[in-house]
Amino acid sequence: MNIKTAALLAMLATLGACADKVADNNAATGSGGAGSGLNQGAVPGSQEDLAANVGDRVFFALDSSSLSGDAQAILNRQAEWLARYPQVSVQMGGNCDERGTTEYNLALGQRRANAARDYLVARGVSSARVSSISYGKERPVAVGSDEQAYSQNRNATTSVR
Amino acid sequence: MHPLHSLMTRRSLLAGVAVAATPLGAHAQGVGAGNQQPEITVDRARTAPIPIAIPNFTGTQLGTDMVGVITNNLSRSGLFRPVAGAPDTGDSPNFATWKAAGAQALVTGKVEGGGSNVRVEFRLYDVLPGQQIQGTAYTTTSSNWRRIAHIISDVIYERLLGEKGYFDTRIVYIAGTGPRDKRVKRLAIMDQDSENNRYLTDGNWLALTPRFHPTRDQIVFMSYQNNRPRVYTFDIGSGAQRLLGEYEGMTFAPRFAPDGNQIVMSVSRGAGSDIVTASAGGGRGRQLTNSGSIDTSPCFSPDGAQIVFNSDRGGDQQLYIMDSGGGGARRISFGRGRYATPVWFPRGDLIAFTRLNGGTFAIGVMRPDGSGERILSESFSVEGPTFAPNGRVLMFYRSSAAGAGGGGYSSRLVSIDITGFNERPVRTPTDASDPAWSPLLA
Repeated sequence: MNIKTAALLAMLATLGACADKVADNNAATGSGGAGSGLNQGAVPGSQEDLAANVGDRVFFALDSSSLSGDAQAILNRQAEWLARYPQVSVQMGGNCDERGTTEYNLALGQRRANAARDYLVARGVSSARVSSISYGKERPVAVGSDEQAYSQNRNATTSVR
Repeated sequence: MHPLHSLMTRRSLLAGVAVAATPLGAHAQGVGAGNQQPEITVDRARTAPIPIAIPNFTGTQLGTDMVGVITNNLSRSGLFRPVAGAPDTGDSPNFATWKAAGAQALVTGKVEGGGSNVRVEFRLYDVLPGQQIQGTAYTTTSSNWRRIAHIISDVIYERLLGEKGYFDTRIVYIAGTGPRDKRVKRLAIMDQDSENNRYLTDGNWLALTPRFHPTRDQIVFMSYQNNRPRVYTFDIGSGAQRLLGEYEGMTFAPRFAPDGNQIVMSVSRGAGSDIVTASAGGGRGRQLTNSGSIDTSPCFSPDGAQIVFNSDRGGDQQLYIMDSGGGGARRISFGRGRYATPVWFPRGDLIAFTRLNGGTFAIGVMRPDGSGERILSESFSVEGPTFAPNGRVLMFYRSSAAGAGGGGYSSRLVSIDITGFNERPVRTPTDASDPAWSPLLA
């Protein structure tokens, strides 16, 4: 192995470690998508496996559909996971917090779902394997009316079909 | 009979047996001159409620029930104040007694018959000159008694205020039950006084944003049936639900055009949504916007010439107006905050909206050129105004903030006068949102 390749591999390893660190931090603050942590018992290629071992959701800033660095890292892992399990298809659901109006939020949820889906497709996942749907503000995961809940509810969530 | 016939029938027939109305002349002993008398003149702005006496109608028990409905309607409008008193025993009213009791208007009535043949006579008097303003006899089935009470309420309102009433109407809305993260939302319908509430869908699929057809007993709404969020029409009489057209993207935010022949709505495309029309039967119409942004919540002007809508083409949610053919879109909202859910006032010269500013929501109105913004109600979360057919009253819904565990959350309907007074809760059996006011039924 030449110097360049070794350096590249070292760099990738460092990046990987950083992403894990970020994911751990996110898990600690409750805002990340790595879920409950490693679940060795989950059936490989299942929703439980995705949620626990990869991260099944990414989060957005208010009114935004931009994918942050954290979001991209999680989607990268989802893309790798989908490559590992080619028989699995998923639905990307886009969601909004309650601090907006019903119809606009249906559209914003769709915009978020599409952004996450398009990212996966750009990472090589066949578009036939990723559908998208919006739930607007109708499917909150966090039921409070505070910023912690709102930030949890502004998401794109990947579900095994 | 062709199966479509029931869909084509006008509301007044579907809602019950047809109502026949005949005018009544003034009593011989009275000084009245029948139905051509001028109504009591009132200033249309905020004014003291008209004191009106509505003693129990004589005859059957239905008469007492009707007076209850009429009195409730008029007093909830904030424009009338009921004056207590027993029915006169003679053939014509004792105007001196009513005047002494403080009444300016008097309503009397009589109900005879039952079952499929009920006759309701009602008369409206101007107490001070002692003259009959209106007299009408209705014949209908006894099961239609609420409709008669609402029709009489509208006649009283119109004769005394000079504008059409809104009591013979219904509200369609979304009934919400269950925890916020497993919410069940069903289509529901009730009379505008909250009576006769019933559910139109079973809650298996999320239902949202219903709106009435301008003349038929039909609703257009959005459903997540079979996990495909799309616009559907719903026939109230038969319960038949039909997918509106075939679109690849999500369809949402539907409204009927004023002539009832078209539906305007949004279709998702890419990162945004386009406003399109479809025929009421589902055939493709036209694509009206192509901004690439989110264009949604379209609403026709009453004359059908323009459409007001919500768009973030300028960076955030604002209100725009365009020609109903799709050209000439221009922004009309320039106040502080984001603007959404525009609806056009039935008499044409106002747009009602939801404004989001900082941490609060507000319901307001502005002129179609964007000037004259006036806020009617402001709180943590209010949304989705709908106008009564005469434009005098709006209804919207208010949600409360939830505690950390989701407790304390509620969502209820509220009505308010266009001038901003008489804000009142609207009774529903469950949490409620997305109200839409029907046209007058008759």
